[in-house]
Amino acid sequence: MADDPTVVTFDHVTVRYGADAALSDVSGAFAKGASGLLGPNGAGKSTLLKALLGFVRPNRGAMRVFDLDVTEKPLGIRGRLGYMPESDAHIPGMNAVSFVAYCGQLAGLPHSDAMQRAHEVLYYVGLREARYRNVETYSTGMRQRIKLAQALVHDPDLLFLDEPTNGMDPKGRAEMLRLIRDITQNKGIDLILSSHLLPDVESTCDRVVVLHRGAIVAEGPIQELKGATRQVFEIRIKGDVERFVAALEATGATCHKAEGDVMRVLLKDDCCARDLFSLAASQHVQVRHLRPSMPTLEDVFARAIGEE
Amino acid sequence: MPIHDQTYRRYTGERVAPGAAWSVIALTGVRELVRKKFFLAVMLFSWAQFVVRAVLLYLAANFPQMEVLAPTPAMFRDFFEQQGFFVFVATVYVGAGLIATDQRVHALQIYLSKPLTRAEYVAGKLAILLAVLLVVTWLPAMMLLVLQVVFAGNLTFLRENFFLVPAMTVFGFLYAATASLGMLALSSLSTSARYVAVLYAGALLFTDAIFGAVQGVTGSSGLSWVSFRANLAQVGDVVFRMPPRYDTPWLVSLVIVLGIMAVSLWVLARRVRAVEVVT
Repeated sequence: MADDPTVVTFDHVTVRYGADAALSDVSGAFAKGASGLLGPNGAGKSTLLKALLGFVRPNRGAMRVFDLDVTEKPLGIRGRLGYMPESDAHIPGMNAVSFVAYCGQLAGLPHSDAMQRAHEVLYYVGLREARYRNVETYSTGMRQRIKLAQALVHDPDLLFLDEPTNGMDPKGRAEMLRLIRDITQNKGIDLILSSHLLPDVESTCDRVVVLHRGAIVAEGPIQELKGATRQVFEIRIKGDVERFVAALEATGATCHKAEGDVMRVLLKDDCCARDLFSLAASQHVQVRHLRPSMPTLEDVFARAIGEE
Repeated sequence: MPIHDQTYRRYTGERVAPGAAWSVIALTGVRELVRKKFFLAVMLFSWAQFVVRAVLLYLAANFPQMEVLAPTPAMFRDFFEQQGFFVFVATVYVGAGLIATDQRVHALQIYLSKPLTRAEYVAGKLAILLAVLLVVTWLPAMMLLVLQVVFAGNLTFLRENFFLVPAMTVFGFLYAATASLGMLALSSLSTSARYVAVLYAGALLFTDAIFGAVQGVTGSSGLSWVSFRANLAQVGDVVFRMPPRYDTPWLVSLVIVLGIMAVSLWVLARRVRAVEVVT
């Protein structure tokens, strides 16, 4: 296991809510380090995390975390996991120190150790003097931090973070992302970050799994998926856009809408800007704007889910 | 430069094996309760009857002219009966929010992401209410028995009525477990503690009212099985070796009490989940 590059594997997993399949025959793995879980609303991201936690039982398939079967050893797995849920969650009537220490005890830490680690972890996530306040008086940003603290208090080997920057102001969001980077790069904790905010995933994760309609549509290292060698352009044209896009895609390029009428075009490896102009001329459209760009995770995401 | 580095450190200490988390939930729950003044006031008042009966036992043991106050098994049965009001208040005050409040603030996904099972979570919550109700009923009853021996200076009464020890234990636990499980099941059905409290009180009063009305009209107590409290009273009479007070066979009452507990457990198994699945 020590040399195993994966922490989570799932094989032909299907999860149904009634007649609707939230995950259908999904297979894949999360490697050690920081992995992002991307997908539009309803793609099955949260369902996948909840199935890995044992909250929902798959109708079919097998899931393993730390090489332990999720259905057979859920407690062994959860003892080494930290989960930061998407929705607001706390224990009512407690101050932050009591709440986090309580979570530590629930995870198996002795009372004195749990209390000491609660103070340390609350310092680490930036709640410092606010740690003596009742959690119910906290702002949204502070609640995100305390959810991270309760997930960290028992020193997990793997963290599941579900939309960790939801509702945070720009400064708080930047601090949260810095914390997440520190956790994975300097503290030796692996993490899976589920988010709809592509920049969050791009700035914290090395790898990504893209889910769409309950199926994996892309996975791998972000740099590889972005295709750093491919040329990307932002382009605006005047003329028959649909015909131009069809002609572009026929050459193997992919394009999707950016802001306004600007499109982002990812050319094939052997193509360049000159080919774009040639194609525009052949399709009788005018190129009004052309700017070289860098491939982003948004391009990967758009390509994976088939967005225009 | 701080003397102690406050950054995150890996934990190298010992960990308790899974299976003890229910006691953490129970102890923390009780600790949170005893910090509340209203709860302490309820507990204090609930022991008033104990004080009065202790004085009566003292008088009966030390003053021959007070022989009329001599203890009987019926006195211990009555003690449980008269603690009913405090059992009700404690059940509503302590129990209504035990799961409902956790559901309101989505705490279940925090609990169940830790190494503990749903059964452990329910056991922890149940232990809180059970402990409180036993402090209101079983503990003072047992202490009264001990005081009787102390005041009388002999074991005569205890020897003649030794069945009281198992009787009070069985009935005390049955009473507390039925009320606790029923309340927890109701608490799991809602996110509002206030609504749960009203529902519980309504269920008790409504079933009592139906039974009372039918008894008033027909003059028979054969329909006592519809009342939660009447069933417990009927079983209590049998446990304390007294003639059952209603026409309903006591076995029917026992089956209904056990049925309430079984249904409560089924509701809890259905409702206590980290994810609410809507299909």
